[in-house]
Amino acid sequence: MATSLERRRLPLPHDAREGVLPGDAACPGCPIPMALKVISAVFGEKAILVIPACCTSVIVGTYPGQSIKASIVHVPFASAAAVASGISQALKARGVSDVHVIAWAGDGGTADIGMASLSGAAERNEDFIYIMYDNEAYMNTGIQRSSATPKGAWTTTTPTGKVENKKDVARILIAHGVPYVATASVGYPHDLYSKLQRARNTRGFRFIHIHAPCPPGWRFDPQYTVRVAKLAVETGLWILYEYVDGKLVISGPSRPFQDPSRRKPIEEYLKYQGRFKGVTSDVLSEVRKYVDENWKWVLKMATP
Amino acid sequence: MVKVVKPVGGAKLPVSKPIVGVAGRTGLWRNMKPVVNNEKCTRCYQCEIYCPVNVIRVEPETGAVINYDYCKGCGVCVDVCPTHAIVMIPEGGV
Amino acid sequence: MVLKIALTGNHAISYAVKLAKPEVIAAYPITPQTTIVEKLAEMIESGELKSRMIRVESEHSALAACFGAAVAGARAFTATSSQGLLYMHEFVHWVSRARAPLVMAIVSRTINTPWNIWPDHSDFVDQRDAGWVMAYAMDNQEAFDLTLQAFKIGEDPRVYLPVMLGIEGFILGHTTMPVEIPDEDLVDQWLGERRQPYVIDGSEPLGLGGLTFPEDTEDMFYAIQEAQESAKKVVREVDEEYGRIFGRSYGGLISCYWCSDAKYIAMAMGAWSGDLIEAVEKLRGEGYPVGVLRVRFYRPFPIEDIWSVVRGVKGIIVFDRAISFGAWGPIYTDLAAGLSLYTSNLPYMANIVAGIAGVNVTSDDFYGIVKSFIDSIEEGRLTRNYFAWVKVRR
Repeated sequence: MATSLERRRLPLPHDAREGVLPGDAACPGCPIPMALKVISAVFGEKAILVIPACCTSVIVGTYPGQSIKASIVHVPFASAAAVASGISQALKARGVSDVHVIAWAGDGGTADIGMASLSGAAERNEDFIYIMYDNEAYMNTGIQRSSATPKGAWTTTTPTGKVENKKDVARILIAHGVPYVATASVGYPHDLYSKLQRARNTRGFRFIHIHAPCPPGWRFDPQYTVRVAKLAVETGLWILYEYVDGKLVISGPSRPFQDPSRRKPIEEYLKYQGRFKGVTSDVLSEVRKYVDENWKWVLKMATP
Repeated sequence: MVKVVKPVGGAKLPVSKPIVGVAGRTGLWRNMKPVVNNEKCTRCYQCEIYCPVNVIRVEPETGAVINYDYCKGCGVCVDVCPTHAIVMIPEGGV
Repeated sequence: MVLKIALTGNHAISYAVKLAKPEVIAAYPITPQTTIVEKLAEMIESGELKSRMIRVESEHSALAACFGAAVAGARAFTATSSQGLLYMHEFVHWVSRARAPLVMAIVSRTINTPWNIWPDHSDFVDQRDAGWVMAYAMDNQEAFDLTLQAFKIGEDPRVYLPVMLGIEGFILGHTTMPVEIPDEDLVDQWLGERRQPYVIDGSEPLGLGGLTFPEDTEDMFYAIQEAQESAKKVVREVDEEYGRIFGRSYGGLISCYWCSDAKYIAMAMGAWSGDLIEAVEKLRGEGYPVGVLRVRFYRPFPIEDIWSVVRGVKGIIVFDRAISFGAWGPIYTDLAAGLSLYTSNLPYMANIVAGIAGVNVTSDDFYGIVKSFIDSIEEGRLTRNYFAWVKVRR
């Protein structure tokens, strides 16, 4: 699936190869450790991950071990941004400046139960990075819909498909006026790497929204995690961009798809996923409309 | 300033440290096994970068090497390999 | 230099916090707590206090931020009341189970609905099963002293637990009394630098609170029970040492008034103990052999200290300013359970629930209730122990 362009790219830094240790408790094909590997490539051991209830709480394994060579503070569901605020302030008070605080939360812990503490920390411009890894439902509890579940998707609590559109958390964060907002995807680790580098070199509140296809939750074969992630971008459903200093810049992998004619048909993305099996043509045309509207907004924001 | 002093009486604390194989030998989960033909490997690192269990190492001399103790057999490496150098075979098969 | 200034209970706590020099304070406004953190904010903005204040968007986040700060190596403080405390209840457990020492002031206020801002102990006692060390003050000076001591007790390696310090809203919180503020250098020397069992600051990769199997989890919780047990010794030590250095001791986990020769004991916690003491003083004047036992620490529950006082008495009357609906007052419940471990021959016991939702209970009320308890026993009229919710309307 890799393009010739990517083939020429250098691997992620080799000194970070051992940041995520083999033998974690993730399901086969899980996108979460893929993204955690990129984080370790950027921050090494000098990161404190604040993790609310989510798949990652389980993935990193059981006491007295953990699969990540960085620090982790496990916290209650609604509190990642608040605990991260406290850690960040304590490190400042103690003069520790080479350690990065990263809230690492799922879509439920971010878009739903964690929204108030996230908004609070963003408004205070707390100095840490908040990463929402978005597998578009409550996967750890067994695939229940969240506000980030897309329209039409089956979950155990939306057996005939979700009626509402996905909540756009990145836009909410842009409205907070924070220094850095980006969208990313596990399908594009180099893009994620450069975004994390940029976040690392920015002070204040930074938000990155990572699209993370979940094989069991989305009902696709585990070997297709990367393929599905890329198709979300190639169909224009998921748009990669950065928002810095009041300017939105569309990221490399998404740039070709500004032109609607270059986008793959949405069915290409949906067909891999059992969760969209029941999607009707009516819903499909609403999804198309959603994609168009989303691009309209992105292009407007990207216009100087 | 803060001083870390162990609790008197050696109380067990909810604190963990990084270890390999925290969920056991996850290679045992596998029913299909990825096998690399390093003749076809171009050392593009895609399999290493994407491997969710971090068990693939690509080196210029050896090509891609998989640690089967922990490989869960998801097949992502097969799907991302641009030269089809990796294939899945049934575990315990021929 | 020792200062004596007139302070409300809330500001007494602020001044004690200032001397403890926490690196991080996080709080959310709620009546009647708010003036504690308002004062601290003033101190920070005027440069008197070097703390970082996180003006969070909820109480849940207030304790969450303090938790984060504490595990990352900072001394941390927050304060709340009533609904705010209930809102952070999830974190109340999280902090103690993580063995993260920090200090929280509770300016008690009735749990709602209906909306009611007057004090009882319902918010405070509602936290009893979380593993915190829990103290309750009787006056503003004690609120000051307990706040300072809370940092010392919680950060002791024999304890390593968060400490909660309660006062009644308005009754102490907004009432001014003279408070003695000790010398800063002396406090620095006595309190020393922060100690904690581990620190998550990136100096080594550590994980806090990851998924743990039942046996290991139970071991961790048993260690909290042991820490509560050792906290009893630490509280007595700290109280005694504080007295030696700063001139005020209170008797450790409990305070006793006319107990040594008492045949009857009246028990209470908090500011209304003052009214009870006044009533008992009057009864003493009339020849009643009664003393007052004031609970200063609700957790660990000081059953040994109480037993040493009540052993052999004829009757104990317990005043609770909270109710466990469908059962009894919380202090009485603990007392009865605790005493049953020492003796099968319990004295006469009565549990009076009163002062609920801020209803005023006067020294005259206490006088009447205690007198009738003693009279009914002495006159042979009392055949069984009793529980009564006394609605005081005068």
